[in-house]
Amino acid sequence: MYSRAYKATVTIPPLLWVTVFLLVPYAILFCYSFWSVSPAQTIAHNWSLQNYAQLIHNSLYIQVLLRSMRIAFSVTLLALALGYPLAYYVSFYTQARKELLYQLVIIPLWASYLVRGYAWKTILGSDGVLNGLLQYFHITHQPLEFLLYSPFAVILTLTHIYTPFVFLPIYASLEHVPRTLVEASQDLGASPWATFRRVILPLSLPGVLAGATFAFVLSLGDFLAPLLVGGSSGVMISNIVVSLFGAAYNWPLGAAISLCMLLIVVTLLFAAERLEKGLTVQ
Amino acid sequence: MSAARSSFRSNRAPVLTGYAFLVYAFLYFPIVVLVVYSFNGAGVGGFPPANWTLDWYRQLFADAALWQAVLNSAIVAAIAVAIALGLGLPTALALDRSDFPGKALFRRLVLLPLILPGIITGLSLLMLFVGVGMKLSLVTVTLGHGTALISVATTEVFAGLQKLDRAQEEASLDLGANQWKTFWRITLPNLRVSLIAAGLLIFTLSLDEIAVSFFLIGRDNTLPLEIWSRLRRGITPEINAISTLILLFSIATILVWYRLRTRSASMDEPTSLPAAASVQGEVV
Repeated sequence: MYSRAYKATVTIPPLLWVTVFLLVPYAILFCYSFWSVSPAQTIAHNWSLQNYAQLIHNSLYIQVLLRSMRIAFSVTLLALALGYPLAYYVSFYTQARKELLYQLVIIPLWASYLVRGYAWKTILGSDGVLNGLLQYFHITHQPLEFLLYSPFAVILTLTHIYTPFVFLPIYASLEHVPRTLVEASQDLGASPWATFRRVILPLSLPGVLAGATFAFVLSLGDFLAPLLVGGSSGVMISNIVVSLFGAAYNWPLGAAISLCMLLIVVTLLFAAERLEKGLTVQ
Repeated sequence: MSAARSSFRSNRAPVLTGYAFLVYAFLYFPIVVLVVYSFNGAGVGGFPPANWTLDWYRQLFADAALWQAVLNSAIVAAIAVAIALGLGLPTALALDRSDFPGKALFRRLVLLPLILPGIITGLSLLMLFVGVGMKLSLVTVTLGHGTALISVATTEVFAGLQKLDRAQEEASLDLGANQWKTFWRITLPNLRVSLIAAGLLIFTLSLDEIAVSFFLIGRDNTLPLEIWSRLRRGITPEINAISTLILLFSIATILVWYRLRTRSASMDEPTSLPAAASVQGEVV
């Protein structure tokens, strides 16, 4: 139906753009990760695996990477624990107000990322809102210092940011659960809990998977929340990359770490895709 | 099915309802704090807020550097919309109608920035620009935003294409209009809502973007980076005030965007709200 000229016109410009601005940059990232910094602070284009060797031998990098994965994993679990029941509630237990309640979850999604990180900073600080609140009601008498500048603060902030993202795909998959199946299950005598566990939950797993992948991957690569609320104990792997590209001036090592992150992310996406296909076939 | 028989919906679930409202409280608590303390004369912390004032807004409106950053951000976002739509539209058409070697890889590459942490996109582009000797400025930031957001334009337009009535295009071709005329008269008008919705979404996302900009910024700041640099110097409720305004603007845009989307789609459909859909590679 479409001529060759039509196909060429819609295909070639984006193909060129994507090659120049996405494919080539990723390729450059790849190359950099094998280069090094000369003593004169220039990039030496001699190929070696020394950056990767450094990553393996210097336990700092592994430690921070593991910490980042722990933080990302906690954020994912928490966002699921908050997002799933919320999606289930909005999808199954609301009637007239469903549309409103749905939109109420979307709105915080669009509150700027930076704005939300900043809000938590003002809440958690030692003279922040939460400490003020606790002392006002005489629950505590000293400001709690551990609230801000800790992995806890990073997890809390990221959970707040990604809960709506986890909610969305789960809600979409819950909305696609055929209501007749739910009724059949109940008519056949299953309790609401049994209906949930054996009918609704399995059908919503693709949404859970999509939301979880998203929350994990984006938390893993985050560097702004740790800078805002993380302090030194909340440093994540991307913060190391940022400093290698800034003051520490070691782009090749930074590139090697970024490439490892990229590999982790792409592997996860592939795994999630495979798993999702498996779930849908069932 | 009567309402009574679908008893699931009429079942009361007090525990679940209570829990859901706690989650809402968690989602809105920081936002409420932010807005309330933008009127707080006594600073960004403490409880209860004291000395209600509009001073922070007054300060904000007199702050030339901040408004310059707002203007920069608006220009960057407007051009990013043009780039992302200008390339996202053909990309969606290509994915829908054209076959070429490497198509699967192309699709993945285009959509990758949706799900990839911004730092990786930002860094890779930084290396490209430095490699070709381009000075970092708002131009590099705009190119970065435009490129990253082609993904959003593509998913939105692709979703629009799936709803397009192909018979109209066929009829136009059968009646003697050539392909280009058919594109201008049939395809494009049918995609109008998708394009406007995508444009609004991209504008808002660009306005908020910080991870990619962080690496590509030159001397002139975008709004989020201006705020960022102030956060490092110390915080005043002026930041709450500008945040409140940003929030109002985002909400207004998103409500318009949402109306547009629901006009042609039911709300449970996977939207291209970042990655919700693309994680599963909806655009196959």
